[in-house]
Amino acid sequence: MAKTVLVACGAGIATSTVVNSAIEELAKENNIKVDLKQIKIAEVGAYVDTADLLVTTAMTKTEYPFPVINARTFLTGIGVEDTKKQILEELQK
Amino acid sequence: MSELFFNESVILLDVEGDNKEEVLATIGNNLVERGLVKESFVPAIIKREGEFATGLPTAGVSVAIPHTDVEHVNKKTISVAVLKNPVDFVIMGDDSETTPVQLVFMLAMDEAHSQLSLLQKLMQVFQEEDTLKYLVNQKDKTKVKSLLEEKLDFVALEGGER
Repeated sequence: MAKTVLVACGAGIATSTVVNSAIEELAKENNIKVDLKQIKIAEVGAYVDTADLLVTTAMTKTEYPFPVINARTFLTGIGVEDTKKQILEELQK
Repeated sequence: MSELFFNESVILLDVEGDNKEEVLATIGNNLVERGLVKESFVPAIIKREGEFATGLPTAGVSVAIPHTDVEHVNKKTISVAVLKNPVDFVIMGDDSETTPVQLVFMLAMDEAHSQLSLLQKLMQVFQEEDTLKYLVNQKDKTKVKSLLEEKLDFVALEGGER
């Protein structure tokens, strides 16, 4: 079954758009089906029961029942391969 | 989709400010004066930066990409500001760690979830140390405009995007 991945930033406008597309590509390259949801960080609560992973550029101190991966590297390029590896590991679990 | 407004009037050089709030107000007020954004844009962008920081420790020169909700925007634009002295912005995704920002790309977007290719190209620029250094040291707004038009491919965007 496809995993539900939340992609969140503060506004749900700019950075999550870029990260969303990067994960889409990553999943496609690895033949993994994902259900991506691009949202504002404030909306994560609504998906607590259904999501498998949160990838975000915004800070969050809230504890969630799924892993949280910081996606800043998709914007700066520095360390992006490590982030991709982390995401892939979660998707392949 | 409306066209992106971009010319020398939204490029600011030698912007001075003691802190990020002053810098954001200077850049934002320029957009207000030009009618590109509503007056509410300036307090909104300062508040948003406090809640969700946008500083990025990019190669060579740190940048920030402040932005806020679409309702404060009249006309879609990207305002570019080169700071006279680096100003600390909190790093995106962090709650206290800062990075000394020299280049600010203020995004005034008028639709959510749009502008993917523009944003991707902008992030590409953030990964080019030479381009960032060129922009920071540039004293000619027209050269900044030409370089970004080329890098961000504005012409194609206006004509070709969904």
